[in-house]
Amino acid sequence: MDNRYSGISSDGLWHNNIGFVQLLGLCPLLAVSSTVINALGLGLATLFVLVASNLSVSVIRNLVRPEIRIPAFMLIIASFVTAIDLAMNAWLYELHKVLGIFIPLIVTNCAILGRAEAFASRTTVDRAVLDGFMMGLGFMLVLVLLGGMREVIGQGTLLANAHLMFGSMAENWTITLIDDYRGFLLAILPPGAFLGLGLLIAVKNIIDDKVTRPVVVETTLATENS
Amino acid sequence: MLVTHMFRTAILLGLFAIIGTGLVALTFKYTEQPITESERKALLRSLHALIPPGSHDNDIFNDVLTVSNREYLGTDKAMRIFRARQQGRPVAVVIETVAPDGYSGNIFLLVAINQDGTLLGVRVGKHKETPGLGDVIEIERSDWVLGFTDKNLNNPGAPGWRVKKDGGEFDQFTGATITPRAVVKAVYRTLLFYQAQGDALFVEDK
Repeated sequence: MDNRYSGISSDGLWHNNIGFVQLLGLCPLLAVSSTVINALGLGLATLFVLVASNLSVSVIRNLVRPEIRIPAFMLIIASFVTAIDLAMNAWLYELHKVLGIFIPLIVTNCAILGRAEAFASRTTVDRAVLDGFMMGLGFMLVLVLLGGMREVIGQGTLLANAHLMFGSMAENWTITLIDDYRGFLLAILPPGAFLGLGLLIAVKNIIDDKVTRPVVVETTLATENS
Repeated sequence: MLVTHMFRTAILLGLFAIIGTGLVALTFKYTEQPITESERKALLRSLHALIPPGSHDNDIFNDVLTVSNREYLGTDKAMRIFRARQQGRPVAVVIETVAPDGYSGNIFLLVAINQDGTLLGVRVGKHKETPGLGDVIEIERSDWVLGFTDKNLNNPGAPGWRVKKDGGEFDQFTGATITPRAVVKAVYRTLLFYQAQGDALFVEDK
């Protein structure tokens, strides 16, 4: 467990990314990433819950007894998700309607309970908050990337329905990349999401291979001499 | 010793529950007003979509008759009937109704009926139907609900007011029959309600 700020950040964004590596929270990830705006909405909500949950769990980590830690964590997470659901219903009404049941389903996102149990409950508040933020950012990255891919291939646009999140000034933010596009249905349906995520993971692994191979060689040489 | 330990642990968990619930209650209190306001705005948008503003000259949102009729409107709760008038003469109504037999419970509907008994349109409000399967009844997801426009009690006749699976004229969805079936039944019941009540619906509400 890397405890430096830089290690926590790189873990959350890349090396231990929730969507690319841990493969947690796939249900909302695949269901909601059909457009960039939907993905952004759920990503931000999850990010907020992760930060709030990690912060709370880390603050109470010495008060909660081991036997009740999981129920206590779940109580905290569920309370924050309910609060966020109400807040989105109040101030982002249209987006809340579109995302529908997937906002309360953030509670079932294993990544949140996972970070609380594996990290936030064992470390200082500042590290826990950073971890929550970076993990949330990493998850949002995957969501938005997948959302962009699926929106372009599926309906030929980017940032469609931006006004759901940014208000009436965003009504003409839609970038139509392909005019008169009949749409590729597979990309919008769940199987397309699975395929898309698989492709993204494959690309990430290729990048990892190319970047880390020199480091691996160095380590082997060092152990041979000792 | 063990008992005190268990006791303290239980109290601690109870404390967490109280704090968590407190947070939710606080958020509920602060969001109640904006939520009601947003729902009111959404209702207004639906009303304008169902009854074109040019066809009436009264304030349809405030020209309301409140009724309670479980047999026809699907619930004991007070349901609103919005009346549209042109120069004092009845033009159309929008009736709040409920389909209580949806897959996951109540489906709230707005049914707009022209003064001659023809459907002007139907819109779906709050519901808990399955995303991707049952929520196809929403106009944002598909055109299915537009299929009610211009229908009335004779078009189709009584046997036609069912989903195709039950021998009627209305499409059901792949993987979701219960939801459209419930909506079709509710719309039909609302048409019957309108026919039974007639002009009584346009009486000025005191």
